[in-house]
Formats: sequence, C-alpha cells, structure tokens
Amino acid sequence: MIEAKNVSKRYGETLVVDGVTLSLPVGGITSIIGPNGAGKSTLLSMMSRVMPMSSGNVWVDGLDVTTTPGDTLAKRLAILRQDNHLSARLTVRELVTFGRYPHTQGRPTVQDREHVERAIEHMGLSALADRFLDEMSGGQRQRAFVAMVLCQDTDHVLLDEPLNGLDLKHAVSMMKRLRHAADTLGKSFVLVLHDINFASCYSDHIVAMRDGKVAFQGRPEDIMRPDVLRAIYELDISVQQIEGDWIATHYR
Amino acid sequence: MKRAFAAAAVLVTLAVVSLLIGASDVSWRALFAPEPDERALQVLVISRLPRLFAVMLAGTSLGVAGLIMQMIARNRFVEPTTAGTAESASLGLLTATLLAPGLPVLGKMMVATAFALAGTALFLLVLRRIPLRSALIVPVVGLILGGIIDSATTFFAYRYDLLQTVNAWTTGDFSTVLRGRYELLWVTLGLTCAAYTAADRLTVAGMGETFTTNLGLNYPRIVALGLSIVALVTAMVVVTVGMIPFLGLIVPNLVSMVMGDNARRSIPWVAVSGAAFVLLCDIVGRVVRHPYEIPGGTIAGVIGSVLFLYLLLKRGARAG
Amino acid sequence: MPASAPPVPPLRPLLVLGCVAVAFMALFMLVDVSGPWDFVLPFRGKKIATALLVGYAVAVSTVLFQTVTGNRVLTPAIMGFDYLYVLIQTCLVFFLGSTTVAGLDPRFLFGAEVIIMVAFSAVLHGWLFGMARGNVHLLLLSGVVMGVLFRSLSSFVQRVIEPNEFIFLQDRFFASFNNPEHDLLLLSTVLTLGVSVLGLRLLRACDVLVLGREAAINLGVDYQRTVSWVLALVAILVAVSTALVGPVTFLGLLVAHIAYAVMRTYQHVFVLPAAALIAAIALVAGQFILERVFRLDTNPRVIIEFVGGAVFIAMLMRKATR
Repeated sequence: MIEAKNVSKRYGETLVVDGVTLSLPVGGITSIIGPNGAGKSTLLSMMSRVMPMSSGNVWVDGLDVTTTPGDTLAKRLAILRQDNHLSARLTVRELVTFGRYPHTQGRPTVQDREHVERAIEHMGLSALADRFLDEMSGGQRQRAFVAMVLCQDTDHVLLDEPLNGLDLKHAVSMMKRLRHAADTLGKSFVLVLHDINFASCYSDHIVAMRDGKVAFQGRPEDIMRPDVLRAIYELDISVQQIEGDWIATHYR
Repeated sequence: MKRAFAAAAVLVTLAVVSLLIGASDVSWRALFAPEPDERALQVLVISRLPRLFAVMLAGTSLGVAGLIMQMIARNRFVEPTTAGTAESASLGLLTATLLAPGLPVLGKMMVATAFALAGTALFLLVLRRIPLRSALIVPVVGLILGGIIDSATTFFAYRYDLLQTVNAWTTGDFSTVLRGRYELLWVTLGLTCAAYTAADRLTVAGMGETFTTNLGLNYPRIVALGLSIVALVTAMVVVTVGMIPFLGLIVPNLVSMVMGDNARRSIPWVAVSGAAFVLLCDIVGRVVRHPYEIPGGTIAGVIGSVLFLYLLLKRGARAG
Repeated sequence: MPASAPPVPPLRPLLVLGCVAVAFMALFMLVDVSGPWDFVLPFRGKKIATALLVGYAVAVSTVLFQTVTGNRVLTPAIMGFDYLYVLIQTCLVFFLGSTTVAGLDPRFLFGAEVIIMVAFSAVLHGWLFGMARGNVHLLLLSGVVMGVLFRSLSSFVQRVIEPNEFIFLQDRFFASFNNPEHDLLLLSTVLTLGVSVLGLRLLRACDVLVLGREAAINLGVDYQRTVSWVLALVAILVAVSTALVGPVTFLGLLVAHIAYAVMRTYQHVFVLPAAALIAAIALVAGQFILERVFRLDTNPRVIIEFVGGAVFIAMLMRKATR
C-alpha cells in the first residue's frame, strides 16, 4: 500500500505538485494519466524517494520514505524513470543483474542468476543478453531497464512511461507481461502512461492528474467518459465500448 | 538605450579613475592649472594614457575573440585559453625568441600569430574527428590540447632558462606598458570592428554548417575569417601584455545570459563589458597593495571567477 | 530457467599489466648501475615507491571521481582539486610565515593540510553538487571556473607575500620524483593504504553509482553518503599526489580511459587496480626513458602531460573512426 499525504513540489514560484493526497490500492495496475506538465512524473519520483518533497509525507507499507533506510525500501519498491542515460558500457545481463543488488549487495548467488535469466526471458531479451546497451535500439534498451526493475522483485513497481520508444507489438506485449505479473505474482504496478487506451484496457485503477492535483480517480469505466476526459485534456473525446474495453477516439 | 548610457558612464568613470591613480601624482589640478605641471603631463602621456588604452583594447578584443570562438565551435566553454590558442601563441613566441632572437616585435608577433592559427585549426580539426556525444568533451579536448602545447613550451623554456619570461606571457600585466611599446594593440580594435561587420554571418555560422550552407553562405570561409581574427587578437595580446585567462569565457557568457546570442546585438556589449571589466581589475590590482602592483590578469581571474560562479549557480538554482 | 555461468573475472589483463609493471621496475632498478649497489638501490627504490604511490593516487582518484560525476571525461584536476591544495599551502605560508611552517613537524603539517583539504572540498563540492543538481554542464563549468579561482587566488597571495617566503613556497611545489622527502613518502603511503582499506567497502556501491543517481537510490544505495565518502577519498588522494609531485593534470584521464578499454567491465574491483598499474607503468617507464635513454634531467611531469594528452586525444579520434 502506498499512501501520500499533502505531497507538494515547488520550484521557486511554481507549484508542480500541489498537495496531493492519495492512497493506492494493493495489487493490480494503477495508471496515472494527464496532460503534459500535470506533475505525474514528479509525483511518481517523490513517492519513490528519488526526488525530495517540498512538503508532505509518503508511506510505503507503512514505512515513511524519507526516514526509512534506502536499502530497506529497495526490497519493497522499485522505480524506473524515463531518461536512463548511462556513462558506462554495460551488457543487458550486467544491467539486469544490478536489479539483485538490494538482496545481494553486489555478490549474486546462483539463485540470483536464475532470477536474472527469468527477467531477461520475460522481457523477450534472451537473444540479446550479451549485447551492449549502447548498441541496441531505444525500445530494446527500455525493455532491458524494465527487466532490471522486475528483477529487483519488489511488491511495488513504479514505472514512468514504460511504453516510451516501444513499437505497437512490444508495447502490447509489455502491458500483457505487466498484467500477468500483477495477476499471478500479486505485485502492484503504478504506471505513468500517455496512451489513455492502454490505461483503460490494462488498469484496475486510474488516477487522472491536472495542474499538480488529482482531478479524478476510479475504475477505468469511471474515467473513460467524455465529460471526465474533457475536463482532464480540454479536448472533445468520444468513448466507445469495443469488445468489453472502453476506447477513446481523439484523433479527429 | 538607457542601459547603453549607463554602461558608457561606468566605462568613462573607470577610465578617469585609472588615469588618476598610480605611483606618481597626477591630479586634475596639476593637469588643468593655468600652468600645467610638465611632469604630470608627461606621466599622463607616456604611461597613464597608453596603459588605459592597452587595458581597454585587450579587454575588448579578448572578449570578442571568446565570443567568436564560442560561435564557431558551437560551444559555450570555448575561448582562447581553453582551445590551445593562447598556448600556441606562447609557443610561437618562444620559438621566435630562441631561433631568431634579433627579430623585431612585429616579426615575433607574426610567428606567434601563425602558431596561434595553426593551434586553433588543429583544435577544430580534432573536434571534427571525434564523436561529440556531449558538449563537455569540447572544452576538455581544448584543455588537453593546451596542456600538450604548454608542456612543450615548458620543456624548452626550462632547458633554456626562459621559464620566467614564459610566465610573463601567460599572466596579463599592464604595469610595463609605456608609449611606444603597446601600439600594436590598436590593430585589435580594427579586428573587433571587422568582427562586428561580419556579425550576422558569424551568428549564422554558429548554427552549424548545414544551416549556413542552406542560407547560401560559404561556411569554411566564415570559419576561416573568424579564426584569423581570434588568432591575431590572441597573438597580439600575448606579445604585448600577456594573456588574461578566461576573460573570453566569462564576459561573453555573462552578456549572453542577459542579452541572448545574436552577435550583432551582443558584440558591442561584449566589447564594452570586456574593457570595463579589465579596467576595473587593473585598477584594483594597482590599489590593493599600493605602491606595489598585482597583475590585472590575476585580479581578473579572482573577480571574474567569483562573479561568474555566483551568476551561474544562481541561475542553475532557479532553473532547478 | 538455468542460470548462466557466473561471468569470468577479467584477470588475465590484470596479470599482464602486473608483469609489465614489474618488468619496468626491474629495468629501472638494475640497468646502468654505476655506483655502489647499497646506495643505488635504496635511492632508486624511493623513486619507484613515489611513482607507484602517485600512480595509484592519481588513477584511483580519477576513476572514482568519474563514477561519482557520471562522466568519463572529467578528472579531479579539471575541477580544481589540485590547485585547491596549492592554495591551501600558499595560505598557510601567508598566515603563519615560512619560518613557522618550516619549523613545524612535516608530518603534522601534511596531516593538517590534508584535513583542511578534505573539509574544504567537502563543503565546496558538496555545495556545488547540490546547486548543479545533476546538471553536468553546470558542474563542469563551475569546476573549471573554480580551478581558475584557486589558481588566481594562489598567485594573488604569492604576489602579496615576501619574496623569501615565495621562494620557500616554490621549493615546496617543485618537489619532484627525484627528491621525495622520506617522511612525506612514508606518511603518504600510510594514509593512502588507510583510506584504501576504508574505501574497500564502498566498491560495490560505486558499481551501482555507474547507473546514475535515481537508479542507485532505487537499488537502495545511500546516494548522498556514498558520494560524500567517495569525494573525501578523492580529496585525500589528490592531496597525496600533489604533495609528492605537484599537480598532474591529464595522467588520470589517460589511465582511466585505457583501463576501461582494456578491462571491458564497469566493476571497480577490476578497473581500479588496472588503472593504478597502468599509471605506475606510465610513470616508471617515463622516468626510465627520460633518465637512462635520453639522459635528460627534466621533471617527468612535463613529458607525462605531453605524451598523456596526445595519446588521449588520439584514442578519442580512433574511437570515432572505428
């Protein structure tokens, strides 16, 4: 369970996240959607303690993220941010192995190696395991980073735009894999997503942000309504139910 | 317009102060009395005025040279001392001193210019050949290149006992400027004006080769022009008063923070601020340990870097 | 899912480097001995010890600094660390006077200088890192300017102090490989070994720092604390090498670059010894060629800067064409 209370982030005069109070359910997939500059990524970074808050508190399973030791949290919560620049040349396997660091402090055992191989396999990277990251496409690199975070094997996984740079096929398979992990392993995912239809089809819960505040939250069918979407995006969006999913069409 | 007047006022005030301070007494009364004090007048004409001109010319031209380099290399961190230009000029001067000791100042300057030009061209050549994955690598390469050339200079200077002379070339010091020993610097004024007339072309070149060619301009020729100006200015300053490190980095960057990067608009400001800045440093250097002097170049390093750090970090904090 | 075999540690390149280093040391010790052995060997041994110590300090401080800043083209020298040391020395002479400084126990003095250096660089670079907030451009620019500030300030103070005191200072800065002070060498060795032992437990965390700040925090590394420790370590090592031979700017950059190219791993356990060995080879071989082959009596620092810089640029250019 991740709880945020009155969380704010201020840069000089501007308030990027404005007193968000939120309680995210255990298990399943929660998606955070909203227009550019709504504060989605900032909120995610603060909830995962990689960015300090200007004010407020966040608890993960009852542990205050600002006071709990980093290595304790690293076994409960994993975060992947958007821009993952590396100064070192690493292979996929080396990168994914880093996911075991919280458990091994850099000395992986045989079980850890199995974990690593599973994560690589899970993201469909087995054939590329020994390739250097800087020799791969953006989408492949993105999958390698997700594999690392999954390999961390935490109850909570926070991903900032995990579909960034993925083509349709890999985007769908990524979402399917996350769904599968949530259903079979009981993990909780929090995703920042730009594509509202992916959010609609795969989430259990959607949080819509606007101007640094939580504008709406609820099940997909509560959010995927023209009036709600209009309030979030300032755009006329029609919603249709297709094969049981609520699909927004906003291209015209 | 208001800002221009303010800047002019500051510059004139500094210039007057610079004329009035020094080891021997030159006061308004002595100069403008019905019977002017001969000695005071002489000091003014032989020492104070030349010094004032040298300081202003060096400040102006080095500031503009830095700006040109930053446009050509398309990198904010580049200036004559972070691209091997100044070091090459020193090496040239040393070579001339060792091989042709009888050469007149003008001849030595030509040699220094040739070396400066070659060094800067080498820098640009190296830049073209390495992958510029980050803008950081540009000044690092420049500093290394400068270090290589500098160690060659140190090696030979050490062998022929010229280390002290070389050190004088690398610290700008205006205390030795007298009438008849600095006039070469006036050429830099002409070069600064040349840079101003080419300002638009330099701005365009600063946006890259493709962009420049697309607008129908000859990119290599603009680069060659800019480089020649930079090399000439650096060589002249090194030969006459010694290098003032990082002036060309600090002044254009400060101006760019306020004014943006259109060369036509920023060159006059860089010129005036550069002159005022070096003038201020020279005055401080003369006052702070009166009657001894501390080289203006040293003061410029202290004041300039503190000022620059302050602005940089203040801005960085704001940008978050 | 079967686990793959654990990766083979790249021990062979390390072994080769070690052999080359030992070979050059032997050459340096044994070739061209013209005096009594019991005089020549300790004399040369001291030079080699200096080279090893300086090589180690420069290599380790550079690699660690690159890890912390997440950038492979930075060195502590570019960020003004070694001129900070020069400034501290200058200020000591300015405020205490050369007679007082010369009268002090050199061990005490060196210890005090190192402490000041660490405290100062911790405050300064901590502040700088905080302000720059991960913006490497800002960090580099401020670092370079900081270096200018230190250098200008020292030359300012050097102009203000009495000429006699200046000569005293200059002697201190131009300490070279040829006349290492015995006490200083011993103390530096102890200090270097001490911090290295303390630093050992940071090695794994340093590996994680390679991934960047956010990823390191995510993996449970106490980022702030680790970085502070590493920077303190870097400051001590720079103080050691600067005290022994004066500022060495580009050697670190070169050896770190070669070490990464040779070892092909990010793991500090392997990269650090490799870099230290390469630095030792460069220094001993450089000294050997200079003294015995060309019979030149020049501070090898000049040659190292020249060759080191040229090789580094050549490597950058070669990488581009590959």
